[in-house]
Amino acid sequence: MIYRMIARASICLMSLILVGCGSGEKSETSNEALKILKITVGAEPEDIDPHVVTGVPEHHIIAALTEGLVAEDPVDLHPVPGVAEKWEVSEDGKVYTFQIRENAKWSNGDPVTSTDFAESYKRILTPALASKYAYMLFVMEGAEDYSTGKLKDFSKVGVKVINKQTLQIKLNAPTPYFLSLLNHYTWFPVHISTVKKYDGLTKRGSGWTKPENFVGNGAFNLKSWTLGRKLVVEKSPTYWDAKSTKLDEIHFFAIELETTQENAFRAGQLHNIYNLHIDKVATYKKEHADELRIKPHLASYFYRFNVNKKPCDDVRIRQALTMAIDRESIVKNVTKGEQMASTFFTPPGVGGYTARARFKEDVGEAQKLLAQAGYPNGEGFPSLELLYNTTEGHRIIAEAIQQMWKKNLNINVTLQNQEWKVYLDRQRQMDYQISRAGWTGDYPDPNTFLDMWTSWSQQNQTGWSDTKYDALIRKAAITKDPDARLEVFQEAEEILMDQLPIIPIYIYTRVYALHPAVKNWHANVLDHHPWKHIDLDLNLLKK
Amino acid sequence: MLKFIFRRILETVPVLLCVAAMTFFMCRLAPGGPFDDDKQVTPEVREQLNKQFNLDKPLYAQFYQYLVNLPNLQSFKYPSRTVGDIISQKFPVSAKLGFLAMCIALSIGIMFGVIASLRPNSYIDYIPSSLAMIGICLPTFVMGPILIYIFSLKLKWLPATGWGGFDGDIFFASDMILPSLTLGLFYAAYISRLTRGGMLDILTQDYIRTAKAKGASAPRILLKHALRGGLLPVISFMGPAVAGLIAGSFVIETIFNIPGLGQDFVKSAFNRDYTLVLGVVMFYATLIVTLNLIVDILQVSLNPKLKFQS
Repeated sequence: MIYRMIARASICLMSLILVGCGSGEKSETSNEALKILKITVGAEPEDIDPHVVTGVPEHHIIAALTEGLVAEDPVDLHPVPGVAEKWEVSEDGKVYTFQIRENAKWSNGDPVTSTDFAESYKRILTPALASKYAYMLFVMEGAEDYSTGKLKDFSKVGVKVINKQTLQIKLNAPTPYFLSLLNHYTWFPVHISTVKKYDGLTKRGSGWTKPENFVGNGAFNLKSWTLGRKLVVEKSPTYWDAKSTKLDEIHFFAIELETTQENAFRAGQLHNIYNLHIDKVATYKKEHADELRIKPHLASYFYRFNVNKKPCDDVRIRQALTMAIDRESIVKNVTKGEQMASTFFTPPGVGGYTARARFKEDVGEAQKLLAQAGYPNGEGFPSLELLYNTTEGHRIIAEAIQQMWKKNLNINVTLQNQEWKVYLDRQRQMDYQISRAGWTGDYPDPNTFLDMWTSWSQQNQTGWSDTKYDALIRKAAITKDPDARLEVFQEAEEILMDQLPIIPIYIYTRVYALHPAVKNWHANVLDHHPWKHIDLDLNLLKK
Repeated sequence: MLKFIFRRILETVPVLLCVAAMTFFMCRLAPGGPFDDDKQVTPEVREQLNKQFNLDKPLYAQFYQYLVNLPNLQSFKYPSRTVGDIISQKFPVSAKLGFLAMCIALSIGIMFGVIASLRPNSYIDYIPSSLAMIGICLPTFVMGPILIYIFSLKLKWLPATGWGGFDGDIFFASDMILPSLTLGLFYAAYISRLTRGGMLDILTQDYIRTAKAKGASAPRILLKHALRGGLLPVISFMGPAVAGLIAGSFVIETIFNIPGLGQDFVKSAFNRDYTLVLGVVMFYATLIVTLNLIVDILQVSLNPKLKFQS
């Protein structure tokens, strides 16, 4: 009798709980006619102030909210008119004059003027703001000196307001990728008087990026931003090209975990999987080929040598270790995402450049080099440690390489994984022997991959420097003829691949899934997708 | 009783101070800092950043500043939010998830525990007890995906992720069922074991036999006499458990993409977000201390053998 009572009570309770939880689907069906793109760009955006942030999720969101002088063609990203309707380049390639369109408006109705751009550049270069990415503007005359505090007078920096509609930018050297560079958010304008209103220009994280305060000039306006959940942008009526904007809203969800992204996608809650888990690729190839996308990415996966520490101070050992890795086997059997095994550093085809310099994978040669360095058949080889940040993907690659070195060179390498910040700290302090690394290009030009190995670059972190290499990178910066300039980069990369302060391993791919209803989404190496062109086929969505 | 409460509150002050000091200094001893990124910054920029976030001041001065002004300090990782902003936005979500999970845990756990204790070592005991054992052994990160696979992807009854409607902010939405169930079942398993143990202990007591002898009905004995004492282990377990439940679960929040506070416990430490780490830890510590106090009071009122004393 008592069991029956308890059973009845429990049934009542469960049904109460179930009835209490209404359906969450209603809100999704009520605005059927609206085109709402629901995507995730990975992590939560740290902020949406283009002068403060450094990340990729932030890029995607800021690109919807703000527009620079030029915009990108959705297919191949070549520069097309943005806020500037046209521009002229001086004969020496150093002075750009932009004509800002009269109907360019901020979301509060103010016109976008050349002063907005000049003031924005001043803000990001102000030392007190400590913008991590200010160096993106260093191609502009005087920008670097102003940002490091050497130059106090901003009027000496190469940006000049000719009149309300005309802006002139003077560069240090003819920079063939300058117009592409303008599409990096560091070159985007901010609404200065709004920024000023909340704690001034140099305070990071002042309230101006909150939805109720934000003023932008992009195709979309900031509608809401719930921490840890999503950021919503809606079509901006004040945008000069509002008639081309196809979507009504974009919902950017903060979902970091790949399996959670996939669950949401499969359940029809999301229109993309930002990163598809590597174990799923085979299944998707078979069952969801129309959704799977694997595209080359402007990023290089490599290991750094600490050339100040034994034994990697010896170039022969660096060469031996580099040659004794079977990269094809790694991309085929370990990473499995159609990555490109690389015996060079710069991803091919960047800005018309494909590296000529290649080292060869040759176990026999590697063994010879090792013997020459004093360790025939790996005998007496000192202890060597490979540092990587704790991630499953890095671990399996490191283990594969560890085995290859053992098998091919008979040397033992210990693997050490460290949590991300510890790993970064050790790399910065040069407290490592070999360290995993990756580098994503900031703009489509070999310079973004090769200037990091100069002796003055903060990104070098190998202790390697070469005066000839430094001189070549300097020369490339002032070479006007595009072909001659690329040739200088070829020479530089030859030095890099001969000295090998790094072990190139592969060129990344982006492996993701996209709902077939998302239209005008073109794959490109920068993974940029100008949002105003993106469309959503509602009929396909319903299926 | 008032004296007891007052005394306990006074005792918590040094405890909380200790927690704060340990968190602060351990964070600072850890290598790496909030501004380390895969793209390294120049020493000048680093210096300016340290200045902006007061990292250039001596440690004790920073600690003092953190202590007196913690809720209004900026997060390092999300500079446009203060510690107070983040906790006040995310805690209600975690608390609601925790509350729903607790309801499930208590109702299922106590029910199973009581049933199991009625006929120990019979099939009525074995079935709920083995279910509970499975519940304890299956971690939430296994249970969650299994439930998603069955109810969202195959049966398509419930949403796979989200909280309060994937889009909206609905008070009760279908997407709350799976996460609450996953979290609740895990705790239900513990509670049922504890209830079973507590009940077995009580049901053999003399006063139960007396009640039976006096002719009290079975439900009356069970619900009025036995349950009161049998639930004591559950109640002492519930203090820290409730704090853990409502302060958020990293695993559940990550699997179901719920914007709760649990993720910040883990991520703020990884990000070296000094202010946010201290904020969430202090918040959690205060919660635990308070709930433990409540549990102590509850226990005395349920168990006449106990008295308020320190």
